[in-house]
Amino acid sequence: MNDSKSLRSRIAKTVRDIPRSGIRDFFEIVSAREDVISLGIGEPDFVTPWHIREAASLALDRGVTSYTSNMGLLSLRRGISKYVANKTGITYRPEDEVLVTVGVSEGLDLAIRALIEPGDEVLYHEPSYVSYNPIVAFAHGKAVAIATKKENGFRLTRAELEAQVSPKTKVLLLNYPNNPTGAILTQKDVEEIATFAIEHDLIVLTDEIYDELTYDREHFSLISVPGMRERTIYLHGFSKAWAMTGFRMGFTCAPPELTEAMMKIHQYTMLCAPILSQEASIEALKHADKDIAYMKAEYKKRRNFIHSSFEAMGIPCIRPEGAFYAFADVSKFGMTAKEFALKLLDDENVACVPGTAFGACGEGFIRCSYATSFDHIKEAMVRIARFIEKL
Amino acid sequence: MNELLNLLKQNALESPENLAKMLGLSVDEVKNQIADYEKTGIIRAYQAVVDEDKLDSSLVTTVIEVKVTPESEGGFDRIAGRISRFPEVDAVYLMSGAFDLLLFIKARTMHEAFSFVSEKLATMKGVTSTATHFMMKTYKQNGILMRTGEDNERLKVSP
Repeated sequence: MNDSKSLRSRIAKTVRDIPRSGIRDFFEIVSAREDVISLGIGEPDFVTPWHIREAASLALDRGVTSYTSNMGLLSLRRGISKYVANKTGITYRPEDEVLVTVGVSEGLDLAIRALIEPGDEVLYHEPSYVSYNPIVAFAHGKAVAIATKKENGFRLTRAELEAQVSPKTKVLLLNYPNNPTGAILTQKDVEEIATFAIEHDLIVLTDEIYDELTYDREHFSLISVPGMRERTIYLHGFSKAWAMTGFRMGFTCAPPELTEAMMKIHQYTMLCAPILSQEASIEALKHADKDIAYMKAEYKKRRNFIHSSFEAMGIPCIRPEGAFYAFADVSKFGMTAKEFALKLLDDENVACVPGTAFGACGEGFIRCSYATSFDHIKEAMVRIARFIEKL
Repeated sequence: MNELLNLLKQNALESPENLAKMLGLSVDEVKNQIADYEKTGIIRAYQAVVDEDKLDSSLVTTVIEVKVTPESEGGFDRIAGRISRFPEVDAVYLMSGAFDLLLFIKARTMHEAFSFVSEKLATMKGVTSTATHFMMKTYKQNGILMRTGEDNERLKVSP
């Protein structure tokens, strides 16, 4: 009874059947090494702007250490409502349409659990963030991956959606600007997807956490399309644009019925998001425009550099228009993405994440994050160029 | 084009090739623009930012507030220009407020700095008073942190 095999057999099948994240495996290999230049990091290299940290620290000084309302501090929800209205033109009532969550990860989990019954299908596009498929599986739903294509710049198309939709499809899950490809959608793309969702009467979850980080044109939000507000759960958070990953702050905006359903799960499992993080986020919404603009300008220079460098090396890579990742096509070297990443790590001590960590269609690609210092990116590019010369 | 200046202020040794990649310009555009900045004197010089505290024979930096009598012709410019020519003088600024000129002096010893003030500066025609401060430690210079910065211990790989 106490041997590990017997314990393993007692783990719920759903959990047992899900492999752990490919990122996790790679992380362990990389962590064991010294002096690695890592392009494998999915978080900003900037420290949270000082005034935001100070707001958290002042709140602690004032003895602000209690629970908050399950929904989150009302002043924060008001700030979120205003922020989203400014970005998208769509207003959500702070009282019953905005929910503060522990990162977008929790928001997404709440949304899926609130909607999915065993056997319900969730359409999502790959390559994608590593959590989407498992979160659906944990809720006993069926995650149906649509492989987006390099030829389309990894933009999801209406035809691809039509090919995968079924009578069991209940939810469509979107993430643009996209991790790991850096793709963003045009207004026309978004409108076509919206029409598809309306015609098939789907609920849409749209993870727009990277919306501030687009470099050539503004992000166009799905909720801005008429008819979408009523059927969409908008997911966002403070980790990326505000460089607040460790604060674990996210939020959802959705019609009251959906918000109430998510709130029920949140109330019984999380109670509320940490109050210090909420206080910091209030400050972030008020005074961080300049910080965001500065960080975005830095990312843009690095994006330009990393993209031109790959091109100069003859490694095809779509020009990333958003987020902070370049998704480079290394298939011509005759190795799998994982073999390429491992050999690059072995030979040159540069870490990037094999595209297969983001879905099977990521085979042949590596994700290189440019949320790291320019000096590191520069050195990494020199090393990668040297590495492929020898292949 | 301010973007290019900002990048050069961060690292003047950055290659035109890399600058061009970052800014989405051609290498020639970058080279021409830099040449233009140099010609028009927008870029005055390229220098290394040295952490003097780390050198064994570190120089003493002295900050001096100077009150002067402005001259009827040329105001402060002539006397400021005369003071600027001393090789010991690293920087000279005209200030608003309780004094007129702010000087940064580099000397090998405190005694040498004192000699400069008492023998060369205070005796100069037009200088009415001086207040001397010795700089003790540099935390940040030219926008560069000189002491250990913030540690940002990120995971080496994350989703």
